[in-house]
Amino acid sequence: MKSTIELEQETTGQPAASRTEAARQWLRHRLGTGPVEEMAAHKTVPVHRHTIWYYLGGMTLFLFTIQVVTGILLLLYYRPSAEEAFESVQFIMTDVSFGWLIRSIHSWSANLMIATLFVHMFSVFFLKAYRPPREMTWITGVLLLFIALGFGFSGYLLPWNKLAFFATRVGTEIPRVFPLVGDFLMRFLRGGDEVTGATLTRFFGFHVAILPALTTAILGVHLWLVQSHGMSRPPGTEQNGKEMKFVPNFILRDIMGWLLALGILAALAALFPWELGEKADPFASAPAGIRPEWFFLFSFETLKLLPGHIWFFEGEALGILGFTIGIGFWLLVPFLDRKAARGLPSAGFTLIGAAVLLYIIVMTAIGFWS
Amino acid sequence: MRRDRSQVRKSCPKVLGPVICVGLLALFSPVSAQPKAADSCVACHNELDEGLARQMEGDVHLQKGLGCVGCHGGDASNADQELAMARASGFVGQPKPGQVPDFCGKCHSNAGFMKRFNPALRIDQQAEYVTSVHGKLLSQGDQTVATCVSCHGSHGIRPVSHPQSRVYPLNVAGTCGKCHADPSYMKSRLPTDQVAHYQKSVHAEALMKKNDLSAPTCNDCHGNHGASPPGVSSVANVCGTCHTRQAEMFRQSPHNASFEQLGQAECLVCHENHQIDSPSDRMLGSKEPATCAGCHSEGDPGSTAADSMSRSLAGLAGQLREAEKLVARAERAGMEVSRARFGLSEGYDALVGARVVVHRFSAGHLKAETDRGMAIARTTQQQGEQALAELQFRRKGLAASLLVIALALVAVYFKIQQIERPKE
Repeated sequence: MKSTIELEQETTGQPAASRTEAARQWLRHRLGTGPVEEMAAHKTVPVHRHTIWYYLGGMTLFLFTIQVVTGILLLLYYRPSAEEAFESVQFIMTDVSFGWLIRSIHSWSANLMIATLFVHMFSVFFLKAYRPPREMTWITGVLLLFIALGFGFSGYLLPWNKLAFFATRVGTEIPRVFPLVGDFLMRFLRGGDEVTGATLTRFFGFHVAILPALTTAILGVHLWLVQSHGMSRPPGTEQNGKEMKFVPNFILRDIMGWLLALGILAALAALFPWELGEKADPFASAPAGIRPEWFFLFSFETLKLLPGHIWFFEGEALGILGFTIGIGFWLLVPFLDRKAARGLPSAGFTLIGAAVLLYIIVMTAIGFWS
Repeated sequence: MRRDRSQVRKSCPKVLGPVICVGLLALFSPVSAQPKAADSCVACHNELDEGLARQMEGDVHLQKGLGCVGCHGGDASNADQELAMARASGFVGQPKPGQVPDFCGKCHSNAGFMKRFNPALRIDQQAEYVTSVHGKLLSQGDQTVATCVSCHGSHGIRPVSHPQSRVYPLNVAGTCGKCHADPSYMKSRLPTDQVAHYQKSVHAEALMKKNDLSAPTCNDCHGNHGASPPGVSSVANVCGTCHTRQAEMFRQSPHNASFEQLGQAECLVCHENHQIDSPSDRMLGSKEPATCAGCHSEGDPGSTAADSMSRSLAGLAGQLREAEKLVARAERAGMEVSRARFGLSEGYDALVGARVVVHRFSAGHLKAETDRGMAIARTTQQQGEQALAELQFRRKGLAASLLVIALALVAVYFKIQQIERPKE
């Protein structure tokens, strides 16, 4: 059996600088990480007045990693049935060592992740980072946002508490307004006509199998595209040639952000543990003030404020149609913003983005205080 | 009356009368109360008393298809007043008070007839009525006492379950009070403060303020058709129809025999009859305002037992309060305390149970009950203390974690400074 150093000497013909270097070389030859290391060594990040927004993607990824780790730990004790779900989460919160911490971090991190996702998406939008050749990076990113919302919607029901139960009943009713497929969609989501234990089991399946599988595939493509295209320079900063190396300068700054996020998460989990509420009772009357999670509030409030009928159409159906068109438009922004694609200023799209952002903030605020 | 009828006769000629009057009725009567177009009773009486049609609105008899003739007899299809109200056509007119029970009872005591409308309705109202104080006085010739119509009304009678019915639970006290709270009507035959006292009672509060329709009103203790005051020996039975455990405990208590000997009206000795206050632990003990002090003198065995029972209850209530304070503190700090909350509710159940056992008037039996509650309260208090200790542990853990994170942040910051320092 030859030693690694001997193997290294054999393959490179050069003596290894040290044992660490030798081990690195050993791995490089066997895992074929050479091109990755090569890319990391040469990858740079533009430095300009908007550089701070580059950290949001990494921050979201960090929070997603926390979700995966804490989610797996929760799976060790969680039981996805109407009879046991609430009790199992209660057990996690009271009897499992540090179970309260894991669950609280999972819940807080989910909310922070969706918040950073929104900020990341709008920063990319306003910095016009969707310009060619990054159209697919934008589309995969928007898809990841919708998947994250799906994680939020399905995960909200899993503790099987009263608020989540009734909010899910309202939420799963909404797809019903789609013509032809509405009833099918509602029954598909609920696993029947009503929100029952079958819905919980189904949502658990979405949350731990289907959505993670989709995320793995789309996130893989998204990250590969980000690495292969590099960071986009916003219009107006092209003249500034300043850059920093991705490894280690940018990564170290990323780590600082992650440490900060970790501190915030620890403080939130310890000082404001995520509430469990009361166990869902399908036969009880709906509690007052049912509303969805904050990230669905703007759409929920819109549908609530729409009149019952607009011309010949049902108000809610028209609202859903509006959101569907809006989502389609948002996905196709890189192809519609032709000026930005040609490197010209596109104030129109900046205005549209500002209007959408303002709309989301205002409607969310109305939802909170109404 | 005669003059009015002649006027009506003039205003309702034999041919045109029914047509015009029925037309008027159709204009002013709501749809539900509309009788048959050819109803000559309605046609003429609406002229005499314009409110009659309105009075009949929602009347249960009318809804079941029984018009004026159903009770008063006669022939409503005949437009001729004399013929319509002829004795030969079964007309009985307005009954005198003494005739009312038979008047209503001819249908309501007839099982075969009532089955056609409501097979579940009882048919013993008249039989019960004759046993009531009202019924007995009526049979003695007192025409001022209450009969069926005094409580149910004559026209516009609604089912008991209808909120506008005079005998709907929320309206019963007012209906009875119409006579029983009127000194000029009662003429010193009975006191007239019962309704006023009842309005201040725990029962009235439950019924009127909390809308708890299961809470008792006059008829629940006195009976409805057979209304009479419960006898001294039957009070515990009357109260016991709802307060079953208390009655059971009382029967096993030493007070049962002694009250019987003394001719005391059981429950009422401590709780009064109409103005039944919300019971409190202060009722127990050897000193005022405890009700025990009304009979027992300080130092006698009963008074000693009362003090001991009072201490047991106070001890359990105090222990539960302490436990609740701790649990609430932990809950406000965001701790998961649902099990402790469940324990607390079990503890309060034990306290309620102990308050029921008071009616056994045995310090030993009560202590056994409060001891059970004390054990639950102590466990709950421990859970609250554990939650607060856990909270402290979490805060210390957070401080330590934040310190480590801060050190790591500083280290990374200096590392960045080091690698970005311009090389000389």
